[in-house]
Amino acid sequence: MEILVCIKRVPLSGAKFSLTADGRDIDTSRLGFTVSPHEECAVEVAVRLVEQHGGSTTVLSLGVEDAEEQIRDALAVGIDEGILLVTDGEEWDAQATAGAIVDAIAESGKSFDLILFGNESADASGNQVGIRVAHALSRPTLSGLKGVQVSDGVLVGERPAGSVREVFEVSLPAVATVKDGAAIPRYPSVPGRIRAKKKPVHRSTPTRPLSLLAKQSVSVPESVGKQTKILGSGPEGISALVDVFRSIGVI
Amino acid sequence: MSNVPASAKCVVIGAGIVGNSVVYHLARLGWTDIVQLDKGSLPNPGGSTGHASNFIFPVDHTKEMAQLTYDSVKQYREMGVFTECGGIEVARTPERMQELARRVSSAKSWGIDGTSIITPAQIKELVPYIDETVILGGFYTPGVGVVDSLRAGTIMRERAQEMGALTVCAGIEVIGLDVEAGRITRVRTTQGDIEAGTVVIACGLWSPKLAKMAGAEIPLTPAVHQMKDIGPVPRFKDAKGDIEYPIIRDMDTNMYERQHGTGLEVGSYAHRPILHDPEEVPSVEEAPLSPTEFPFTQKDFDLQDEHSLELMPEIIGDESVGQKYAINGLLSLTPDGMPILGETPEVKGLWSVAAVWIKEGPGTGRAVAEWMTHGESEIDLHSSDIARFHDHHKSRKHVKDRSAEGFNKTYGIVHPAEQWNSNRNVRLSPYFEREKSLGAVFFETVGWERPFWYESNAHLLEKYGEAVMPRTAEWESRWWNPIINAEHLAMRETAGLVDLTAFALFDVIGPGALEAVQRVAVRQMDVAVGRVVYTPVLANGGGFKSDLTIMRLGHDQFRVVTGGAHGMADKKWFRDRLPADGTAQIVDLTSKYTTLGIWGPNARKILSAVTSADVSHDGFAFGTCRTIEVDSLRVLASRISYVGDLGWELYVPIEQGAKLWDVISEAGSPHGLLPVGIGVYGTTGRLEKSYRAFGNELETDYNAVEAGMTTAKVKAADFVGKEAHLRQRDEVQITTLCSLTVDDHASKSGQKRYMLGREPILTKAGGPIEDAKGRRSYATSAGSAPSLGKHVLMSYLPPEYATVGTELLVEFLGEQYPVTVAGVGAKPLFDPENLRIMS
Repeated sequence: MEILVCIKRVPLSGAKFSLTADGRDIDTSRLGFTVSPHEECAVEVAVRLVEQHGGSTTVLSLGVEDAEEQIRDALAVGIDEGILLVTDGEEWDAQATAGAIVDAIAESGKSFDLILFGNESADASGNQVGIRVAHALSRPTLSGLKGVQVSDGVLVGERPAGSVREVFEVSLPAVATVKDGAAIPRYPSVPGRIRAKKKPVHRSTPTRPLSLLAKQSVSVPESVGKQTKILGSGPEGISALVDVFRSIGVI
Repeated sequence: MSNVPASAKCVVIGAGIVGNSVVYHLARLGWTDIVQLDKGSLPNPGGSTGHASNFIFPVDHTKEMAQLTYDSVKQYREMGVFTECGGIEVARTPERMQELARRVSSAKSWGIDGTSIITPAQIKELVPYIDETVILGGFYTPGVGVVDSLRAGTIMRERAQEMGALTVCAGIEVIGLDVEAGRITRVRTTQGDIEAGTVVIACGLWSPKLAKMAGAEIPLTPAVHQMKDIGPVPRFKDAKGDIEYPIIRDMDTNMYERQHGTGLEVGSYAHRPILHDPEEVPSVEEAPLSPTEFPFTQKDFDLQDEHSLELMPEIIGDESVGQKYAINGLLSLTPDGMPILGETPEVKGLWSVAAVWIKEGPGTGRAVAEWMTHGESEIDLHSSDIARFHDHHKSRKHVKDRSAEGFNKTYGIVHPAEQWNSNRNVRLSPYFEREKSLGAVFFETVGWERPFWYESNAHLLEKYGEAVMPRTAEWESRWWNPIINAEHLAMRETAGLVDLTAFALFDVIGPGALEAVQRVAVRQMDVAVGRVVYTPVLANGGGFKSDLTIMRLGHDQFRVVTGGAHGMADKKWFRDRLPADGTAQIVDLTSKYTTLGIWGPNARKILSAVTSADVSHDGFAFGTCRTIEVDSLRVLASRISYVGDLGWELYVPIEQGAKLWDVISEAGSPHGLLPVGIGVYGTTGRLEKSYRAFGNELETDYNAVEAGMTTAKVKAADFVGKEAHLRQRDEVQITTLCSLTVDDHASKSGQKRYMLGREPILTKAGGPIEDAKGRRSYATSAGSAPSLGKHVLMSYLPPEYATVGTELLVEFLGEQYPVTVAGVGAKPLFDPENLRIMS
């Protein structure tokens, strides 16, 4: 089977964000980049499905030239080739992004049996691109999946719904968006890294359509930032520590 | 509300390895009322200490660094945080094998025992996961180990607290440093102000930012060192501790691999230099990991992945071993690769302890604490002294250019005379264009471009033939030319002209000038106007702080002439000891005057041709100076010599230098005058005369008696180090500076080899020589003595060896060569009666 995974380069979080001078974006000059945990899982799902069923995998990203880094990361854990739709760094809304992906799929000449997305991007969190692509391609789609299996041309997707698990079956070709937890992503090995460097990444430069959605400004919510709470020290601290362990369910 | 004490005797900013070490050692030396601040939280405030790879290879070619590291290991061991695992520097090339042999020699010179060259098979036995077929051998140091630097820091802080000497305030940012009348007075923090007369900046890569708050400069740059941790490694799955296998340094690829529990850490100094500005390093809040752990940039590591795979295919090639963690870790680099230690020249009471790595952290903390307490440290820190920097060294471009160039040499094969490529032609003498047209080959000293030899003298090679002692081996021919020796021989026959513009010059002036120079100089400075005095400058303990020349130009005016390399530190030394009442001042004249030296048997004839002044032996006595007219110029002439021949140093305002050069050159041409490079002035000329050089023979490790630089009487006036000096004159001498000549240069291959300096001097049986204080004998200098037809070494030797005729060995690049003691003490090998100079 042929699988396509779509990923988005986003700033690495974990710290207080600063904004650019015009207040329209995150200042990324000191930040690293990554993809969302959902997308990491989507990549892992794709690699495992092909390991199980045979076939090949492609990773696609729409973003700046440097998004090649995220594509190579995916190639390092077993994706076979990459497609980079190079932008000038302007924000593409969900509709424009989906359109570019649909065009790129057509251009690739491949008929992907399964197209995987993260449920939402880590920065814009639009929850739309996967579904828009499915709609444009007239394919069935499942979203928010925490489990993805394929058997006999059928995609079996699972997701939690309250205290129960929903299980869906749709026929391939299909589109699915997955969530963190769908599979535990593997670490790249050094040989994987070395192979990734030699794998093909196809580039094209789509034209950005007039945006229907325009980002006006962003703001950083008041947050407490990183805080260290001293629970106590020495033997006196133990009961407080035990309370914490209980509250997070590890004991 | 204020959460910091309102005042302290000393504030130490920074709680990384070196800040913690400084507070502990200050407390140990009796300091109380110390406040330590850090912006981050403890025990890991987020600086470079927190992500360090924490391993220590003790051997370094630099004595100062080897001593600091040695002392640090001792301290880590005492604290129980040192795990010995051994370490092997492996070679992939024959050049590297030679370099490793040189490291064995350095280990012997600095007293690090037990190192050896081992074969690929022996390496495989110690490190079974290595592919021994890609290497030629290795340099094994059993004493290599890893430390828990964060734990060590905590222990040192706690010890200082237990002594009641230290208050630790974490999570507090310094926002200002107040200076009044050139002295530090106050530390402003987010939690209130602290009045303090002594402040130590131990802020690692943030140090420049802190220094700027006080108007001082700490010229370092944050730079990236990439490392990745992979695992779990099947072979290490039952690992009991942090490390059980020796650490590998893959020198030729600038990488290291070390076991880290169940993982393997792979680090690199091979990637492109990635430099940052201290201002752009994020705060603790803004940093995803820690402020000094930048996101890993894989593409800079792509080649390193392949190199590590070649060396350790079993682990690196294992598909199940994943890359769990990888960072672009920030560390501090300096333009000359040495730390930045000492009181800042700009602000009294403000100290820098920066650009210090884990391996030398505790030793550096101890040394700086001693310096702060006693005015000097047991380990001589002159190569790390913050006062060493000249102004242009502090420009951001210089710091970045040199740090970048040095970065990829971290594991490099660096020749002792190796020249920098970046940021050259900064300081040019007035003779530069003339020198260039003569085919001068320029070496750089503190920014000055100095001719080391002149291609225009190449024709002399034929004339002198074998007497120029030609070298065939590549290593000692590098950064050398036999023309140097030809220039030397020619100077001894006729005369040589030497560009000495790189001298640092400063005047001590004012009614208190005599008192000021008397206090610093060992020799009598209460001399007649027009006298030139060469004098040692001692530290309190009687060891060498410098050696320099002082001219008394007037009742209240003394001109200090010293080497460019150490000039700024000398200036600070004098300035710090000026009379408190302000009756003497220092005026730097380095950029005002140029110096041209003329020496050789024909020097007088030449000078006579262009001056009407009496320059006869009696009319212009040795050791005197006065202004004479040379052609249309008024020239300060000083009759002294560092090359052992009759002659003068001629000083004129820098814009008149070119004219002086032309006048002297023209007058000299019928008398065989030729331009002579620093190769002669700095090495061959002085070595034949057993003249000492600061930083080589003269260091605070050795005193004036040991260096053979005492006079019959000691002046009545007090001077720094006098008490110790008087004591040392009465003590039984345990070592003496000697000159040795090499008896046979033939290596096993038959090629003649010539030592370059810092090699161990060994007994005839090949054992190390150590004096009663444990100081090893090594070649403090080495070079050709063409007039003697010998290669000369200088070395301190204990009394049982310090007799003329004693036969010993010198080890050079893995082989030992016979040497003989040819001179003991200051008596020159060449022209021992000084007839030439006094002619």
